[in-house]
Amino acid sequence: MGSMIISLEHYLLLSSILFFIGLYGVIVRKNLLMLFFATEIMLNAVNVGLVAISNYYGDLTGQMFAFFIIAIAASEVAIGLGLLVIWFKRHNTVDLDSLQSMKG
Amino acid sequence: MFETIAFYTFAFLIISSFLVVVTSKNALYSMSALASGMIFISGLFFLLNADFLGVVQLIVYTGAVIALYAFAMIFFDTAKNVIEVNSKKMIFLLTSISAILVVFIMTAPINSDAIQALYPIHQGVGNTQDVGMVLFTKYLVPFELAAVMLLVAMIGGILMAGKKMDMLSDIEETK
Amino acid sequence: MSFNINEFIDTKTLLYVALFSPLVSSLFAGIYGASPKKINVGVISSLLIFLSFLASVGLFLHLYFGGSVVNVMMMDWISAGDLKVPFGFVADHVSVTMMLVVTLVSTVVHFYSIGYMEKDKGFNRFFSYLSAFVFSMMFLVMSDNFLGLFIGWEGVGLCSWLLIGFWYEKESATWAANEAFIMNRIADLGMLIGIFMIYWTMGTLQYDEVFAKISSVPVDVVTMIAIFLFIGAMGKSAQFPLHTWLADAMEGPTPVSALIHAATMVTAGVYLVIRANEIFSLVPEVGFFIASLGAFVALFAATMALVNRDIKRVIAYSTLSQLGYMFVAGGLGAYWIALFHLVTHAFFKALLFLGAGNVMHAMEDELNIMKMGGLRKVMLGTAILMLIASVALSGIYPFAGFFSKDKILEVAFDTQHYILWGTLWLTAGLTAFYSFRVVMLVFFGSSRYKDFGIHPHEAHGFMLWAMTPLAVLAIVAGLFEHQFVEFVTKILPAYSFSEQIHETIGQLVIVTTSIAVTGIVIAVFSNMFREGLFSNAFRGNFFYKLLDNQYYIPKIYDEVFSKPYRELSELFWKSIDLKIVDATVDGIGKCLLSTGENTREMQSGNLSLMLRWMTIGLTILLLSAIGYTYADSILTLLQQGVAH
Repeated sequence: MGSMIISLEHYLLLSSILFFIGLYGVIVRKNLLMLFFATEIMLNAVNVGLVAISNYYGDLTGQMFAFFIIAIAASEVAIGLGLLVIWFKRHNTVDLDSLQSMKG
Repeated sequence: MFETIAFYTFAFLIISSFLVVVTSKNALYSMSALASGMIFISGLFFLLNADFLGVVQLIVYTGAVIALYAFAMIFFDTAKNVIEVNSKKMIFLLTSISAILVVFIMTAPINSDAIQALYPIHQGVGNTQDVGMVLFTKYLVPFELAAVMLLVAMIGGILMAGKKMDMLSDIEETK
Repeated sequence: MSFNINEFIDTKTLLYVALFSPLVSSLFAGIYGASPKKINVGVISSLLIFLSFLASVGLFLHLYFGGSVVNVMMMDWISAGDLKVPFGFVADHVSVTMMLVVTLVSTVVHFYSIGYMEKDKGFNRFFSYLSAFVFSMMFLVMSDNFLGLFIGWEGVGLCSWLLIGFWYEKESATWAANEAFIMNRIADLGMLIGIFMIYWTMGTLQYDEVFAKISSVPVDVVTMIAIFLFIGAMGKSAQFPLHTWLADAMEGPTPVSALIHAATMVTAGVYLVIRANEIFSLVPEVGFFIASLGAFVALFAATMALVNRDIKRVIAYSTLSQLGYMFVAGGLGAYWIALFHLVTHAFFKALLFLGAGNVMHAMEDELNIMKMGGLRKVMLGTAILMLIASVALSGIYPFAGFFSKDKILEVAFDTQHYILWGTLWLTAGLTAFYSFRVVMLVFFGSSRYKDFGIHPHEAHGFMLWAMTPLAVLAIVAGLFEHQFVEFVTKILPAYSFSEQIHETIGQLVIVTTSIAVTGIVIAVFSNMFREGLFSNAFRGNFFYKLLDNQYYIPKIYDEVFSKPYRELSELFWKSIDLKIVDATVDGIGKCLLSTGENTREMQSGNLSLMLRWMTIGLTILLLSAIGYTYADSILTLLQQGVAH
């Protein structure tokens, strides 16, 4: 059952599917909290791809990148949530459209 | 065989939980689904022989990030649903473009012959040791920078979340 | 007697003073242009012009007592490739004569205007324009090259436009100003072509270099140059068929008419012919044409003056007629006689206009001479001055007009152009008639103005005094004929009369004088016994109507040029401008506007919209990256295929 062996393509395909799920969330949702969730999904999707490449080519660089991405994601969450809390305290909403102050 | 079954199982679980995340109307459901998705991704990492990263994934995401979300949600009125108004056309357009892109990526040839490992994985050495070697030699400066960044983010998060709102409104009024 | 002006002052300084003090005057008055009337502006302005006159006198004395011609190269103006045109000025015998006339009449008119314009809102503005005109005219006559002359030429045209349209609230004034300006533009094009041809053939525009080279130029080219230059002169000197603007230019204030449309600017055309005499004397055919046209205009304008009832228009037609005389002299090669008539004419015609200005003022801007009459009882000073001017214009010995006009007739007779002579002779009679018709209708007879409830009054004393120098010169200028000839023929070709003429000259003088006297007598008697002899007896007559309507030429111009042009303009406006030009411009604007309208929402600050656009951008980038990759591999495949 050689065809059943999981190749790099499988992982990359999974990675891109996950990325588009995250992208879909970013585009469609109007809830700011959901936006954060979707961003996390996209970051994780990239991580999957990086780690898969690292494994299939025997190179640690991919894992290093994933590692730093996780660090960035953590700080993003900390700062982003802080801002979100302030926003909610002020406007009592987490609706994305409430951020708009220009008429356009 | 085991690897194949494990991959498909995890892939299915991750995709479905993330789909729940982006489609659920309830933020609490979304958050729970996100946490489970993260855990399943760490399973993928173990499958890919990245033990250290799998553990970090578990600790940082499921432990720290999701906990942070959970605490943040205490501040919000989660019962109050945000009205989602979207044009079907737009979503259809974007999803179809995404689908086309996925197909392209899938069919794209991988030119892997020329790639040479910069920091090769050593056989017979534990993944954690390997990562540690590279991280503290080749990536020392970025690592320290990341540490400082996390510190700054932590302080920033605390300050912002703890800010008194009457003080802010004072600033608003003076403007 | 020996006299050297250099002992007192450098001649170059004098030249600069003469040229630039009118400019200073204009700028000074211009500063106060928008402010209410300040009598000092007028006085200082006039004094500055007087200073220019004194400087001109200084230069004249310098030249008269054997000084050399003053040449000044102020600075380089145009220096492009082979074309080098400097701001160069020359004070030779001809230009000094012109400078004297211009500054003298200007000074008189400036002082006169202080009184004439005293109640006008635009008092300061008027002096600014008037001085600017003097500067342009000085530039015109003093330039030592054709391009400088052209600058002055355009400058006086501009000032003329400003001054005719001085009362711009009046529709007729702005119309007349535009008419004058446009007619002059048409003629200036001819002049410009002439200047281009001079540069084309001789590679220089300096007078002396051009005149040195002109004899080596093919005669047909010289003919073309002469014709084109004369077209310019025709416009500025209002010769047929470009004459209609001059009569309409009388819409301007009367001092303007005196200075610009009688004494100075309109003689610029004559000055051009005199200045470029070395070109014109090479082509006698063109000269004959000029003379014929001049004679025709002399008669043509004089007939129109016979019946006109507008005091200023009569004088304007008389100016046209006298300009015709000058061109006859210029065309027949008697350049100094043309210049002589130009000088004397400037004196008595300016005097006549200023007198008319007094009458107008007295009559509360009434111009119709039929409504005047008997004015000598209230304004004796003006009556005497105008009488002097009219006698001078009629050419009665020993007044100035006699000497210059008679010389022109003698030249025509001497060169055996008997038809020209006959025309001019007849014109002399008509001139005398219409001059005295005006004098009689205005100053003598019954006081018809009383029927119209007008209370005339004499002008200010200083205005009359300002006119006195002109009156004196109108009387005595002719007596200096000998000195004048000696002075100007140092650079102008002397005209030598043939032997036979000396025998007949006495008879000619008698014949000419007699017709002038006849004209005067008819005018006096017809108006003495039956007021308005012509007006009553001939009013229905065909010729009277023809003359009264100025030979229907303004109407013909209107029908032939103005109306088709207007129709053409409307056509272009509606079909081309609105539908093509405007539509294109509007289209560009609308395109930008709609782009802005449509993309405005992108910049609304709405985060979800921005995210969507970001996604679209990301997609495009990814697609192009993929496309690039595929293109590369396809290219590789193709190259492999070619290699096999």
